[in-house]
Amino acid sequence: MKADPKGVMTGAHYLDGDHACCEGALAAGCRFISGYPITPSTEVVERFASRIPIVGGVFIQMEDELASSIALQGAVWAGKKAMTVTSGPGFSLMMEHIGLAAMTECPCVFVNVQRGGPSTGLPTQPAQADMMQARWGSHGDYEIIALSPSSPQECFDFMIDAFNISEKYRVPVMFMMDECVGHMIERVSIPEADQIEITERNYTKLPPGEYLPFKPAENMVPEMCKVGDGHRIHVTGLTHDYRGYPAMNPEAQEEQVGRIVRKIRDQADDIVRYEEFDVEDADVVVISYGITHRVAVQAVRAARDKGIKVGMMRLIIVWPFPEKRIAELAEQGKALVMAELNYGQVFFEVDRCAKGKVPVILAGHGGGTVHETDYIVSKIEEAYQCR
Amino acid sequence: MSVTDELKAAVQAQTNKSGDAGHPMEDFLRMDRIPHIWCPTCGIGVVVNCFARALEKIGIPLDDVAVVSGIGCTGRVAGYVKIDSFHTTHGRAIPFATGLKLGNPKLKVVVISGDGDLVSIGGNHFVHAARRNVDITVICVNNFNYAMTGGQMAATSPTDSILTTSPYGNFETPFNLPFLAESVGATYVARWTALHIHRQTEAMIDALTKPGFTFVEILAPCPTIFERRNKFGDGLDRLNYYYEHSEIKHGEPTANVDVGLRTKIIVGKFVDKDRPTWLDSMNSHLKRKLGDRFTPYEG
Amino acid sequence: MRIREHKKPFGFEKPSRPHGKIIIIDERCKGCGFCVEYCPQDVLELSERFNKKGYHPPEAVNDHACVNCGFCRMICPEFAIYTVEDEPVIG
Ligand SMILES: Cc1ncc(C[n+]2csc(CCOP(=O)(O)OP(=O)(O)O)c2C)c(N)n1
Ligand code: SF4
Ligand SMILES: [Mg+2]
Repeated sequence: MKADPKGVMTGAHYLDGDHACCEGALAAGCRFISGYPITPSTEVVERFASRIPIVGGVFIQMEDELASSIALQGAVWAGKKAMTVTSGPGFSLMMEHIGLAAMTECPCVFVNVQRGGPSTGLPTQPAQADMMQARWGSHGDYEIIALSPSSPQECFDFMIDAFNISEKYRVPVMFMMDECVGHMIERVSIPEADQIEITERNYTKLPPGEYLPFKPAENMVPEMCKVGDGHRIHVTGLTHDYRGYPAMNPEAQEEQVGRIVRKIRDQADDIVRYEEFDVEDADVVVISYGITHRVAVQAVRAARDKGIKVGMMRLIIVWPFPEKRIAELAEQGKALVMAELNYGQVFFEVDRCAKGKVPVILAGHGGGTVHETDYIVSKIEEAYQCR
Repeated sequence: MSVTDELKAAVQAQTNKSGDAGHPMEDFLRMDRIPHIWCPTCGIGVVVNCFARALEKIGIPLDDVAVVSGIGCTGRVAGYVKIDSFHTTHGRAIPFATGLKLGNPKLKVVVISGDGDLVSIGGNHFVHAARRNVDITVICVNNFNYAMTGGQMAATSPTDSILTTSPYGNFETPFNLPFLAESVGATYVARWTALHIHRQTEAMIDALTKPGFTFVEILAPCPTIFERRNKFGDGLDRLNYYYEHSEIKHGEPTANVDVGLRTKIIVGKFVDKDRPTWLDSMNSHLKRKLGDRFTPYEG
Repeated sequence: MRIREHKKPFGFEKPSRPHGKIIIIDERCKGCGFCVEYCPQDVLELSERFNKKGYHPPEAVNDHACVNCGFCRMICPEFAIYTVEDEPVIG
């Protein structure tokens, strides 16, 4: 299906990442946001609040993030495409409902414009320190999908992907921006609506009585229905059977929770997304994502100028993690440098996948600003030397 | 055959023998999940009966109704009603219901949950949904304690109640729910006990048919914990207590309807007023401000 | 002449009142006694029988008096009792 032209602001614009993210959501068909203000994400909902009355839909500012992270799920079951938007402390409050969305397989998008933490941390400054929280933050076993844009243009483009992927896998998608990307203003070109591909919700064609809301169909993903269609479904955060009825036993746990984990892990090859530059001949590969990717590009160029054969891998979808590709790079003897705005999060994943075959070096940073190019270069040199 | 299957078969045989259409709740409940988990003489089942009767009397198609519950013994109601139903997280039934209602305003969205769920952990959502006048009905089964977790003190437990976390008696001041609901903007507020089956059914009909945030509190026995620990006997004794100690006072100022541990219980319809709902306000306000640029929202 | 003797209500020779047939689903009963205590016509009593769960379900000891008000159905927290309309009782 193509995008609804009502939500698509075709043309070239100068937008910051937050605004572009909002436009991406509108283009993707998002017609409901429940939000709660928090720096540096607030501009997303501010723009939505001014745009949605014209496009047609609802913005509601809830009383807190506990409420905003569940109100959108109500809207999804009513048939809407919906998202919520927050940063650090708000993201912490949303954890229980990320678990609920994963357990009830509710397709929706959580935007986190990351700032320095923990706690109130650095409200107006960047970090990438919620990456592990995005993946593991709610209790219990589950899988999510996380994207990380590194420019306003990507905030627009990847937002559409985020909604599409959430529908395809019936999974909550984390849109992991950061303060820099959120607030940098760049050219964003928005295509015609008929150039934008939209994944529709996979509503069941089965009649009431036959449809089972949690019975796996194509790709292990159950079909959806919406409230009012006559299916009289029951949806619970308790472990449940195909009918959605609570089922308190290890078999049901394996069936339901096992499946929501496997539907992502077993199909990770189809989901993972990354870009590479100059990796072919490289002795060292720098891995990064989001804003750090832009600094890492500079560092790679500088290191190349110094004569080190270094390549670049940039994660677009961070979770699920491209384990196989990292293992291949390690197999090929390429030393790995992980550059991210935290004291080591995705780094541990890289290290795990490298299985000790090559040095894996962290180019970490506590946040508050982006890396110095030279610092990453020094880590490239370090990796090159201990190779 | 498991014990439950055996019971089900026995029930089936007996129902068939009666030669009629079966229990009137047959169409309303997920019979494949009955017997339910509630204890003998627990009042929650009575509230479910009255809710079903209210829907039946209104005559609304059940496909247009959705029930949202939080977590707790009362939270299990969502799992037994054979309509679109959501058993959400502890305290968050109201914001889920808000999203559901705004996502499709044609639905009749009803929250049925416990006192702990709605006004302790979920208190902030209760306050704000009422303030906004979101068009949902909230039915609170107040058993004066956190029953599902084994009977801890709640924000509704009368002073001096003995509960597992108030072993020497509760020294806090509880909420008076009708007063709370009125002061934050509910358009309809009533309280009845589980014994008042006709009155509570009528109250539910009023609440379900009135636009805006409508609130019905049902005092119900939790014999396993509250009644036992506070020496009220079992559920039947508690119904007798309601019978003897309830006083119907329609229109009573809600400030006067506190429930003490062994005081009289004032029941009745306390508030019934009109106020534009959140969605009506949104549509009329934005139409006024934006004129033809505004796309009216109907779902 | 007293009014009752003077009028024949609804064309019946004698006054008639509704009557209900009581159906008790024994196996669902948990013996709470709500219906027995609150039946406005005192139709029910707890029986001596046990159901499979070991509770005494109610029995209709005075089913002639049932007026099909449905109170038992509404007060039963187990969905274990209901009434259906039966031939009206005349006289
Ligand atoms: C976030 C969270 N905290 C605590 C609990 C544990 N918990 C489950 S039910 C419940 C209390 C329910 O009380 P109430 O809403 O009054 O329902 P009742 O069981 O009395 O009907 C609590 C504290 C939980 N499930 N989730
Ligand atoms: S614990 Fe109390 S509220 Fe829960 S089912 Fe038993 S009697 Fe009812
Ligand atoms: Mg309670």
